[in-house]
Amino acid sequence: MTVTVALVLEQTLNGLQYGVMLFLMAAGLTLVFGIMNFVNLAHGSLYMVGAYLATAFAAWSGSFVLGAALALPATLLVGIVVEVVALRTLYERDHLDQVLATFGLILFFNELIAIIWGRAAIYTSLPPFLGGHIRVLPGVPYPAYRAGIILVGVTVAVLLWVLVTRTRLGMRIRAGASNRTMVSALGVNIRLLYTLVFGLGAALAGLAGAMAGPIYSVQPGMGEAILIQVFVVIVIGGIGSIRGAMVGAIVVGMADTLGRAFLKPMLATVISPPAADKAGPALASMLIYLLMAAVLFFRPEGLFPARGRS
Amino acid sequence: MAISRRTIVLGVAGLLLALVPPIAALTNQPFYVDLFRRMMIFAIAAVSLDLILGYGGMVSFGHAAYLGIGAYAVGIPAFHGIDNGFLQWGLAIVASALTALVIGAISLRTSGVYFIMITLAFAQMLYYLGISLETYGGDNGMRLAARSKFGGPIDLHQPMVFYYVVLAILVLFLVLGGRLVESRFGMVIRAAKSNEPRARAIGFSPFRYKLTAFVIAGSAGGLAGALLANQTEYLTPEFMHWTRSGEIMFMVILGGMGTLFGPVIGAIVLLLLEDVLSALTAHWQIVLGPILVLVVLFAKHGLVGLLRVTPRDG
Repeated sequence: MTVTVALVLEQTLNGLQYGVMLFLMAAGLTLVFGIMNFVNLAHGSLYMVGAYLATAFAAWSGSFVLGAALALPATLLVGIVVEVVALRTLYERDHLDQVLATFGLILFFNELIAIIWGRAAIYTSLPPFLGGHIRVLPGVPYPAYRAGIILVGVTVAVLLWVLVTRTRLGMRIRAGASNRTMVSALGVNIRLLYTLVFGLGAALAGLAGAMAGPIYSVQPGMGEAILIQVFVVIVIGGIGSIRGAMVGAIVVGMADTLGRAFLKPMLATVISPPAADKAGPALASMLIYLLMAAVLFFRPEGLFPARGRS
Repeated sequence: MAISRRTIVLGVAGLLLALVPPIAALTNQPFYVDLFRRMMIFAIAAVSLDLILGYGGMVSFGHAAYLGIGAYAVGIPAFHGIDNGFLQWGLAIVASALTALVIGAISLRTSGVYFIMITLAFAQMLYYLGISLETYGGDNGMRLAARSKFGGPIDLHQPMVFYYVVLAILVLFLVLGGRLVESRFGMVIRAAKSNEPRARAIGFSPFRYKLTAFVIAGSAGGLAGALLANQTEYLTPEFMHWTRSGEIMFMVILGGMGTLFGPVIGAIVLLLLEDVLSALTAHWQIVLGPILVLVVLFAKHGLVGLLRVTPRDG
């Protein structure tokens, strides 16, 4: 494999695209943690639910875009139901209880999906207008769908930034993150706020899941594969910080994608090619965890520690 | 000194477990020897996790990593024709202790939810490392060439002999664990759990104690992994999968954390439950998941807590 400018550019865009997906997941998870102090392992399940619902709605309506558009409110609804039925009582519990209870929910959701849709991976086809390529530079084509994901992700990030910093709801979210008791004492319906934030996180995870359908395999357990990488993202970025989630997502997305693409050829210049064949992929799949360990070694609270909490 | 309640419970429990193979032989159900051996192996892993989780307050979500390291420490030498059990099991303990030292040294710099996520991520990293070991089967895993050999009458291919070896290790581990948590060392760990600033104020440096406990738990987890590889005679990266870590953690909580016998009961009950449920339906996890949620919500002190009249501190 020769490393060309076009390849580097393509892989960089792939890294950005993956980073955007990670950000959509990380934003919800970090908001929920920042405000409710709640560790939600089942966040990956909402991603999976989003992917399945989008696939099902797309098959039913015959339109990919309509399918994704319907999956969004549906995942939001699932998120709100889960919050009200099971998770609400866990906010006051310690993290261990939260981890275990949401672990139980993961088992439940994975099995439920397996019962309804089966264990085999299902695939979605892209509509023609998203199936082509766009030209990012002369002679460098890039799949239109992946470019679309980047566009959607960046738009959502901007909207989220506006929501958090420029609106009344965002002000309450920020206030809730720094002092919950005070906010509820000032007359804000904190329960409703929690449910809203959880629903928002669920919808973002559902959006990521819906967009993941055509490029990753949709199958039970798909949520956990990405969830653990999302954990790496928010640990690197600093738990509770949206800005940290953004930076962490891009760093992890880039490191993972570029590592998988270029670590092997880079190692081959130093050690023998057969050895690089073995070490390259192994090192690439561990790269983000090593990165996380390195970040934590120097900054145990992550790159952007959330303010207002000890 | 009078015989403590713990010694009596340990004696009775050990005796009951020792009776399983004869009863299985009498009723012609050899399957139960296999099932109970598996339970005891997971009991060792669960107790080792409880040492840091229940007594030390360190919520490690990556304990399955040591199971995997222990299993590969048996499997890889066996693959190359080295089947000496002392060597393999020794390697399992040393390798997992060293891994725990590295993971602990980094993870213990953080606390709370960071700690949970980091231990999870490290275990996941080792899981991917296991997948990339193409020589040793990659993600399919590999058959164990032969069970560990110890010479003399200890032949692990004899189901009964293997059973009593596991039972002896479990009892020994419980005795040592009991000594450990009651020792000065154990007191410091428990003090750091209930109030770390205070532990520091009276002159202890909790970090070193916690790290030591983390390493002890890791090496015991590694030994359980070595046993598990011999039990299944097959090893795969799945041993290190994060759901396995969750399962071990559930055993601890189900039985009652911060107790020595709780995790043993938790391991027995959970594996029994899985066995019964999976016989009923292929989709048994849809039942197990909600049970897990209910246990967390309503049985705060686990099964041991239900039996006990007066709650202990901790």
